[in-house]
Order: sequence, then structure tokens, then C-alpha cells
Amino acid sequence: MTVTDAAAGERRRVSAEGSFGRRRARNGVMWTLCSVALALVVIPVVWLLAGVVAQAVPDWHWNVLTTNQIGNGGGLLNAIEGTFLIVVGVLIVGGVVGIAGGLYLAEYSAAGHGSLLRGASEVLAGVPSIVLGYVGYVSLVVAFHWGFSLLAAWIVLSVLVIPYITKTTEVAVRNVPTAYREGGEALGMRSGYLLRRLVLRPALPGIVTGLIVAAAISLGETAPLLYTAGYNAKGPSGALTHSPVGYLTYDVFTFYNEPYKSAHHLAYQAALLLIVLVVVLIIVSRFIVSYSQRYSPDRQQKMSRRHRPGPQPTEALSVQGLGEAVSPPPPTGA
Amino acid sequence: MSVDTMTEPIAEHDATPAPGGPGGGGGAAPDLGGGDGGGGLSGRPVAAGQWWRAERLMPHVLHLVTYVPLALLLALLGVLLWKALPAIQYNGLGFFGRTTWNLGNLYAPLVSGHGVTHPPGASYGALPLIIGTVVSSVIALVLAVPVAVGTALVVVEKLPPRLSTGIGFCLEVLAGVPSVVIGLWGIFTLGPFLSHHVASIWANHVPDVPVLRFFRGPTGNGEGLFAAGVVLALMILPIIAATTRDLLRQVPRSTVEGAVALGMTDSEATGAVTIPWVRSGVIGASVLGLGRALGETIAVAMVSGSLVGANVHSFYSAFTTIAATIVTELDGALTDASGLAVSNLAEIGLVLLVITLLANIGARMLVRRVATTALPVGRGI
Repeated sequence: MTVTDAAAGERRRVSAEGSFGRRRARNGVMWTLCSVALALVVIPVVWLLAGVVAQAVPDWHWNVLTTNQIGNGGGLLNAIEGTFLIVVGVLIVGGVVGIAGGLYLAEYSAAGHGSLLRGASEVLAGVPSIVLGYVGYVSLVVAFHWGFSLLAAWIVLSVLVIPYITKTTEVAVRNVPTAYREGGEALGMRSGYLLRRLVLRPALPGIVTGLIVAAAISLGETAPLLYTAGYNAKGPSGALTHSPVGYLTYDVFTFYNEPYKSAHHLAYQAALLLIVLVVVLIIVSRFIVSYSQRYSPDRQQKMSRRHRPGPQPTEALSVQGLGEAVSPPPPTGA
Repeated sequence: MSVDTMTEPIAEHDATPAPGGPGGGGGAAPDLGGGDGGGGLSGRPVAAGQWWRAERLMPHVLHLVTYVPLALLLALLGVLLWKALPAIQYNGLGFFGRTTWNLGNLYAPLVSGHGVTHPPGASYGALPLIIGTVVSSVIALVLAVPVAVGTALVVVEKLPPRLSTGIGFCLEVLAGVPSVVIGLWGIFTLGPFLSHHVASIWANHVPDVPVLRFFRGPTGNGEGLFAAGVVLALMILPIIAATTRDLLRQVPRSTVEGAVALGMTDSEATGAVTIPWVRSGVIGASVLGLGRALGETIAVAMVSGSLVGANVHSFYSAFTTIAATIVTELDGALTDASGLAVSNLAEIGLVLLVITLLANIGARMLVRRVATTALPVGRGI
């Protein structure tokens, strides 16, 4: 059904039933319902944040950050260190593989050739994280005799984030104007130099945003870590294998169920830390996106678009590339 | 010259960095062809013999790395099948019809049957798990889609940009908050609130007729199907709302204005022009959200009440899903010396994988090339 058909049908329907008053009432009802929907999104978010903060802050002591867990209480230092190690390792392992894959798909793969690889990456993104955790447990922890270990956690979480890093890298590199490459070639640059200076540099904000997403995922994962990283009430030993690692989400997941007040406090304090870290990552990624938009090559275009009553420029962290699939691209008058 | 024909010889050279200086390495190396590796990049050609140059190696190394997700996926399926094989053999097709979940007598000597060593009396059925997984995800979808679409409409059509940025921030926070934190809030705050103040409104007034009976009865303590459905709905809201919002922004303004100029009200123009324009994208995002809900583990494990081995009998009763079962039962399954219990978890893992992949493939077919929101939603976070 084309848009004009729909419009015509709607007009017929409208003229057939109902006075202007009834139509206006229906209009009001619809927007009221939409506003209710908006409230149903905003209220739970505020409630969730306020609820966790209200539980965590009254018992907050700064030494939570500096002491290890002791029995059912103590601090979160072991988990903070473990989480930090896990996230950094995942960013290195998953980042290298994901960025390389995305770069290849965007820059080198011939038309049509990448669809299998892209498909595999997308399917991998859809695999439930607990299935990854299970497979990591039976293969890495048991069959490879690594035991609960940092290495197993890194690998399983990397598998989880590689599709996202690949995707964001590919999109970022693809968005670099072809004119840059042509200009570089015209100047006789070596392809490696060209790639570094004229392709990767403008794509950097997008790639970094993808890495931040990966950090947020690995920060917040629980299910794949329970049976790969295990848990350790002491700080990480530094060994890659045969040494379990603690992490913040474990504290939340385990201590909420313990019949001790100190354990509940610990769970809420770990939850608060996780929320703070995620919010910081979101703010950083927003900053990067707005910074890169300000200095993006098609800035002039965006500036002129801003003065038209057209669609808003796409916001930070939005869904890119969806429009092409769904409908003809919006007219670009600028 | 296509890139993949050159991959194999290069792979070896990649592992052993080129010995010798310029001019020395060319002899033994196969002729890699005159062209550059890249389709998109060419730049100044490197002399034919200098295969060790970064410019030459780069595309091939990258190409190899690109196969990592595919290899990982195959390895994943291989391991899962390998672990699941004894359980598939033991359970047979009746697995999908039984409701029992019995590890058997773990203290008795192991016996043989169906070609597998197992504890006597072991009997597994996946029916309650599959029903629990699908029903909770469908509840989530039914709750989330209208709210997400309504939110996106208000944000795009009515709110000033500054406010809609704030809503976008809300959505990102909701998408980014770890699921274990949502579970914590769900079990201590949201669940009790839902059962005491929301479900109690209608639970005793629903007529006692066949289908509606499901919504009758005691509303429980806040752990169960209803609470899990709401928690899952919150977790998949951001992806549907953000996708819909971005699609709505691409609807050509002039068409909507044309509809309004024909005398339509805002809501009529929305129904006639905007919704048809974004419909397929919204459906795709919803199915993607469904895929996430199906695979969500930790939050469901916390608020589901973990009822294993029986079918869910009311909207408020405890239940469990496949993902939650794997995470809560693996510890206990390790006590089964025959390994059948662990193998069994691999089989339900395979079932979950198939269900999730069907949902995902469905979404991809509806919306080609969906880039996810930057903070992937409910990705079992």
C-alpha cells in the first residue's frame, strides 16, 4: 500500500464517520495514550535509579572501594579490580579482532563477498549469553583444564562483543567519504599510510564508541562469567589460568539472596557502582559523538540542515543505516 | 585478482615475519600478483617482490581475522552438539512433551539405558521450559511494543529537541543498566509492587472461564511470570523505542504535512502516513527485541521464582525459562557423575539457540541491515 493510497483511504474513512468534534477527541485520546507510554518509560528508569541509590547511599562507606570482601560483608575492591581486568582484556582481545574484521568488511571485501561473514557475525550477536557461558565452561574451563580463569572470561566475553565492535567499526569506516581515499590516492600515498591517516582517523570516534559499548557490555555481564571467571573473594592473582576472578555483577547476583544485612548492602553498593560506571560510559560516548559531529566532514551540510524545519539530525548513539532498508532515503535537499 | 585466492600463502608468512632486508625476501615467496590486495584502497603500488610490506600483508591478515566470528560460531555449535549428544540419545523426542525434571538417584550406582550411562530414574522434559521462555517473552513483547511506539511518536512529533534528548538518555540508561541490577530492583521493588498494587486490582474480578482463568488467583509475592514479563518488557523497550524513533525521523516531513493539509488531524496523519512508513522497521525491531527477551538470563533467573519440573499454571505463578535453568541448574548438574545432567543442559541450550536464531533470522528478513542501538539492549547483560 503506497502512502497516497493510505491517505486516500483514510480520508474516505474520515469523511464517512464522525464529526470534527469526535475526530478531535480521538486525536486527543491518541496523544494522551502516547504521553502515558512516555511516562511508562521514564518512571521506571527514574524509579530504578532512585531505588538503587536510596538503598545504597545511606550505608555507603568509601572504604568499600578499598577493602576486599570479608565473609558476607567487607568491601568490593576484589570485584572492582577483577571487573577492571576483565573489561580491559576484553577490549584488547575483542577490540583487535572486531576492529580488524570491521575494517576488512568495510574497506576490502568485494561486493557480496562479505555477506556470509556479516551473517555469521550477526548470528553470533544473537546467541544468548548463557549459551556462550555454558560452552566456555565445558570447553575452556573443563576440557582445556584452565579452571575458572581470567583467560576463559576474556575469551567468552570477547566472543560476545566482537559482533558489536565489528559492526560499529564497519559503519564508521564506511561513513568516511570516498573523496578522502581518492584524494589520498591522487597524491600518491601508500595504502597503509592512507588507511591510517585518511580513513582510520575520521572513523576513530565511531570505533571508540563501539569499544565503549563493548566495555558497557562486559561490565554488566553476569551469566557468561559465572561459570568461566568463577569468583574470588581476594583480588586477582595476575595468573591467566587456574585462578578465579571476582567481578561486580557477581556480588549483586549472589549477595541479594544471602540472609545477611551486610550482604544486601554489598549487593546494592555493587549495583550502584555498576550504574555509575554505565552512566559515565554513556556520557563519554555521547560526548565523543557530539564532538565528532561538530568536526565531521559534512558539517556544512548539517549546519544548513539545522535551519530547515526538516527531520532532526540523528541523535547520539542512534540506529544507523536502518532507513535504507525500510524506505527510500529521505530527500536530501541540502 | 580476488582477495581470497591470495589468503592461503600469505597466512604462513604472517606467522613468520620476513627475514632479510629489502630484496632478500622476494626469492622464495610466491608471486602474489601485481595488483594490490584492496578493493577499496589501492594507493601507490608496492614493488612486486616486496610481499612483506605492511601494505601487502594488511588485507590478508584482516581477511583472516574476518573469519573469526564464523569459526567461533561453528565451534560453538560443535561443542554444544558434542555435549548434547548423550542427552539427545537418552531423552528422545519425548523430551519435548514431558514436564519432569529429575536428575535421578545420584547416590545409586549408575545404570545403562538408551545407550547412555545415567543415574537410575533420571527423566527430563523441556516442555515447561519452552513454554516459560516463549510465554514470558511474548508477554514482554505485548507490553513493550505499544509503549515503545507511543513513546517514539511523542518524542518525535511533540517534544522539543532538548526534552527528547533527555528521553534518549533515559532509553540508553535503561539499555545499559546491567540486567543483574534490573533483576535486583525487580525482585525487591517492582515485583512486590506489581503483585500487591497492580495485579491485585483485577486478579479477583476476572471471570472463572477457560482462558481468562489464567489471570485469576493469588498474585503471589512478586516472583513469577507477570513480574518477569514486565522486567523483560523494560529490557527490550529501549531497542524498540530507539529504532522506532530513528525511523520516524526519516519519514518525509512534506508527506505528513500534505496529509495535514488535506484536513487530517495529527493522529489521523500519523495513522495514514507515518505508521505505514515505519511499520516493517518496527516489526523487525520488535522481533529483535523478542530474540533478546528469549535469551535473557540473569534478570529472569532472579524474578522468575525458578519453578523447575512443572508447567506454569497462572499469570502470577513461579516458572522458569531455558536460559535461567541453565544458569541455576549447572551447579547442581555437576554432581551427576554420569554427566547426563550437564549434557541435558546442552540440549536445552541448543533448543534455546534454535528458538533465538529463528527470531533473529525473522527480524533480519524483515529489516535488512539493522544496526543495533549503540548500547545493545538486554543482551543478557
